Amino acid sequence: MAVAEHPTTARGTGGRQAGPVVRRRGLRSSWPQYVAISPFYLLFLVFGAFPILFSVYLSFTDWDGIGDISFVGLQQYAYLVQDARFWNAVSNTLIIWVISTVPMLFLALLMAFLLHQNIRWKGFYRVAFFVPNVTSMVAMAIVFGSIFSDSFGIVNSTLTALGLPTIAWLSTEWGIKITIAVMVIWRWTGYNAILYLAALQAVPEDVYDAAKVDGAGFWRTFFSVTIPMLRPVILFTVITSTIGGLGLFTEPQILFGAANGNGTVGGVNEAGMTIVLYQYDQSFSQLDFGYGSAIAWALFALAAVFAVINWRLLRDRDAVPRPASRTTPRRSKEVAR
Amino acid sequence: MSAPELTRTSRAQRDRLAVTRPRRSRQWVLSRVVTHGCILVGVLLSLFPFYWLLVMSTSTTGQIFGYPPNLLPSTHLLENLRNVVANVDLLGAMLNSFIVAGSLALLVVLLDSLAAFAFAKYRFPGRDVLFVVLLVTFLVPGNLSLVPSFVLMSELGWTGQLQALIVPGAANAFGIFLLRQFAQASIPDELIESATLDGAGFFRTWWSIAIPMLRGGLAFLGIFTFVTAWNDYIWPLVVLVNPGTQTLQTALAQLNSVYTTDYGMIMAGAVVSVVPLIGIFLIGSRHFIANIAAGALKG
Repeated sequence: MAVAEHPTTARGTGGRQAGPVVRRRGLRSSWPQYVAISPFYLLFLVFGAFPILFSVYLSFTDWDGIGDISFVGLQQYAYLVQDARFWNAVSNTLIIWVISTVPMLFLALLMAFLLHQNIRWKGFYRVAFFVPNVTSMVAMAIVFGSIFSDSFGIVNSTLTALGLPTIAWLSTEWGIKITIAVMVIWRWTGYNAILYLAALQAVPEDVYDAAKVDGAGFWRTFFSVTIPMLRPVILFTVITSTIGGLGLFTEPQILFGAANGNGTVGGVNEAGMTIVLYQYDQSFSQLDFGYGSAIAWALFALAAVFAVINWRLLRDRDAVPRPASRTTPRRSKEVAR
Repeated sequence: MSAPELTRTSRAQRDRLAVTRPRRSRQWVLSRVVTHGCILVGVLLSLFPFYWLLVMSTSTTGQIFGYPPNLLPSTHLLENLRNVVANVDLLGAMLNSFIVAGSLALLVVLLDSLAAFAFAKYRFPGRDVLFVVLLVTFLVPGNLSLVPSFVLMSELGWTGQLQALIVPGAANAFGIFLLRQFAQASIPDELIESATLDGAGFFRTWWSIAIPMLRGGLAFLGIFTFVTAWNDYIWPLVVLVNPGTQTLQTALAQLNSVYTTDYGMIMAGAVVSVVPLIGIFLIGSRHFIANIAAGALKG
């Protein structure tokens, strides 16, 4: 008998001990549980923890991956601090993150709100909105590359057909950033909308009824009822989009990567160079493993700063995280329907 | 280009609504029209890139470059596919992707459910500390260790080989955490007690009770793992140094970077990479969408 997760079970069965209910088992008799959980820890030690420690060391070295490793102390970091290309990548990453996350979360909220009205074919709409999220980003980056192509893209063809001037999406600094942001928005709006929709379905109907009685219109209801009720989920999506935004790689790499034939990485003026693309380029194209590792740790520091900000946001509204977990079972059932 | 389409549909809807629900107020009808209109625009934008992929993959490169653009699918898909196969080993890459994504899905489902079952339903010394450690590993960003992971793989002699993509991900914190939630919620303690009374050991109980009772969560985790592994790009790009071994994503990226001018062919390759996944997603979409949302709400 090993069941003890439920305190009541453990206590309650104490009387009728056909087999002894053991609250705490010895190390030896628990061997099957240790065997069961060990794969994860072993794999993490070898393929997770060890590389991370190794990368700390590598960031203090100069190494091309083949020759001798030479220890250079803080030189990589000293270079990083005054490396204009690195700071350009940081600013690109943050700009693309802002111009993709803000419209994306707003559109997702709006879509969830609309889907939450009692409409037909909700199932179909949910699938249609979610499909972009499960498709290969490599393939779709290629598709977006031709949709936004300067010369033959459907976007510019449409502009021409409407008698408007065309825009060099893939060869101007803002065009590049907008194209990448559009791909991110396209891929993640539906995902976020599905999350919001699930949370909306957990909001009691009478809250909306009360708003209606008070004479609140569509927009008033949206901003005064819907958004506050969704705050925990919104914070969750902000956190996930921060993680995703800082790690942006595939979209810029496919469109503006090294092997793109035009000889430049990151597009015009490196406008599409993100931190991870720069890390990849320095590590595996320039074969500068030491500097690549230093960039990785700079990215980690940036991610940590954002994690602290996110954590502050969560903590300051201390009533926020709890309702989410308390109502979870009901919500998930609601979603499954 | 979607605007006229929209008005037509909206008008049709308004007509239908007006016929079937004659007593509704004008304002109500208007708000319905606006709601459906916005949703339709969203659906069109969401699906348009897929439609455009279909159009381009069935067109010749000349048609793609032409103006005015060809808005309807053409008839050159097979020809484009033949060109793809002639230039890259697309079938081999596809097979590799299936091997990697399939074995990862299977391994993750088995190993994560074992660990999750132990964490959720058994007490053993150090359990809570170990679980906290597992949660902390969540916070470690994956891209941090790209370089050292590559070095490790080359020390192991795994660069250019599929196990470099499979083994490191064979068990993960996300799945264990998720399935533990499922196990706590859905496996009654009494069932495990009676199995134990009948003399079933831990692994027997896992196989005959936990696996069947967790099948919803397992299906989700399996599909999720498959999709993620299938779409993974940066790690295969780094570690598959052997040009003979590629996944669909790296093969496609290579196709795109080497044959930049043959768009019809590149798009045909993209179709091959997108279609199996959409199929798998559509089969499991109910489970998938529900659980994505449930998982996030728990977080």
